[in-house]
Amino acid sequence: MSDFLREYFLVLLFGLLAVGVVGSFIGLASLLRPDRPTPGKTLAYESGVDPVGEGWSQSQIRYYIYALLFVMFDVEAVFIFPWATRLEEYGYFGLVEMVIFIFILALGLVYAWRKGVLRWA
Amino acid sequence: MSTMVGTLFGAEFAYWQTSGFRLLMAFVAVLLPAGGTVYLYLFKMVSFMQSRLGPMEAGPYGTLQLVAELGKNVQKEDIIPAQADVFVFKAAPYVVLISTFLLVLVVPFGPDAVFADFDTGIFFALAVSSVSVIGILMAGWASASKYSLLGGLRAAGQLIAYELPLVLAVVGVVIQAGTLSVQGIVTSQAEGEIFGWGGVGNPFFLTQLVGFFIFMVAVQAELTQSPFDMPIAESELVAGYMTEYSGFRFLMFFIGEFATANIFAFLAASLFLGGWSLPPFVADALFADGNFSPWMNLVGPAVMGGKMLLLTFVIYWVRFTYPRFREDQLQSFAWKFLIPLALANIAVTGLLKVVF
Repeated sequence: MSDFLREYFLVLLFGLLAVGVVGSFIGLASLLRPDRPTPGKTLAYESGVDPVGEGWSQSQIRYYIYALLFVMFDVEAVFIFPWATRLEEYGYFGLVEMVIFIFILALGLVYAWRKGVLRWA
Repeated sequence: MSTMVGTLFGAEFAYWQTSGFRLLMAFVAVLLPAGGTVYLYLFKMVSFMQSRLGPMEAGPYGTLQLVAELGKNVQKEDIIPAQADVFVFKAAPYVVLISTFLLVLVVPFGPDAVFADFDTGIFFALAVSSVSVIGILMAGWASASKYSLLGGLRAAGQLIAYELPLVLAVVGVVIQAGTLSVQGIVTSQAEGEIFGWGGVGNPFFLTQLVGFFIFMVAVQAELTQSPFDMPIAESELVAGYMTEYSGFRFLMFFIGEFATANIFAFLAASLFLGGWSLPPFVADALFADGNFSPWMNLVGPAVMGGKMLLLTFVIYWVRFTYPRFREDQLQSFAWKFLIPLALANIAVTGLLKVVF
């Protein structure tokens, strides 16, 4: 394996380490803890009263348009980072280009703001 | 790339040996600071702030309280709700901890004491930090409880809102350092100069004060600490997405939360406070090569520990001082204040970088 791939192989190893740590802790606990489930214990918790309806009840998800805005800005981040590392070489040209780019994105935010998307509706 | 031990003693180690050592160190770097800060700040400091003593019985000044907590939780029955989606319910703590362990991968602790020096280090860190959202959403959904579901949804909305200020605040640092590698960012601070004077290097919190502020606020929100703790708001949602968890699975979420707090403090220290480097005038007086002496591999972790304690102190101080935001205040604070501020910060930093 190349050094480059070896470095990224550590990502897999660290992920496995996390799984190992959690698994061994919970595994250790499973050797020591009691296990006597009763119907009362396994009811969903609703402050002491019997649960009403199903747990997966319908509710209004308020911020899903925010998620769309988030995608817009997150993609922006992908473009901004390479620019940020090489700004010294691009000089004023790169700066003006990026200010225009950020301005157009900010315009999107202003539009959403004016449309009232950023309000608790 | 040689490891810390390899450089110090001039020995060569096989890949599996260095990797094994790294995994061991990662275990220490995640769990030791978590335990330390939980005792020091969560048990003791908050008690003193509230005019009480905190744990005093287990060990001198309650130092063994954490051991007692572990002993208590290891004996607790593991209750899984009858309605729950069992596989997802059990998988959720793993996903949260995977995010924590991957985050520590890019934190450098010395000139050679690094787990992995990715060229895209900080970008990688920002990407894996949002993996924990999936774990939290899994926990909230799989519990099949109304409190959990609401808590999970709140967490998702909050974490994506504050992901953006976090990412955009880092861009200012990247512009100044000219690299995405966390090690490169630390090095450029250690070698930096303020108007031609390199006595204290150029820690970026001096020039990126706005970015530092945005980063710390966003970290507070990403960690769902007060005043951003709506996902686990105990007076409204019992314990949010953790309501149905008990025993060790419950504890895993807590370990994940506090360990991630420390690792974000490590990252903030690397980005803004000069990371493992000492102020150059101190380092030059101590070692022949200044900050790049092999001995910094041993001093660096201690320096990082000190800076981490300072930043986690601020995190917990804010946590126990401010009341909870309202849900819409939380969103408008991110979208109407932090994001425009972060964008302006990028533009100004870029301008100053080009002009000077």
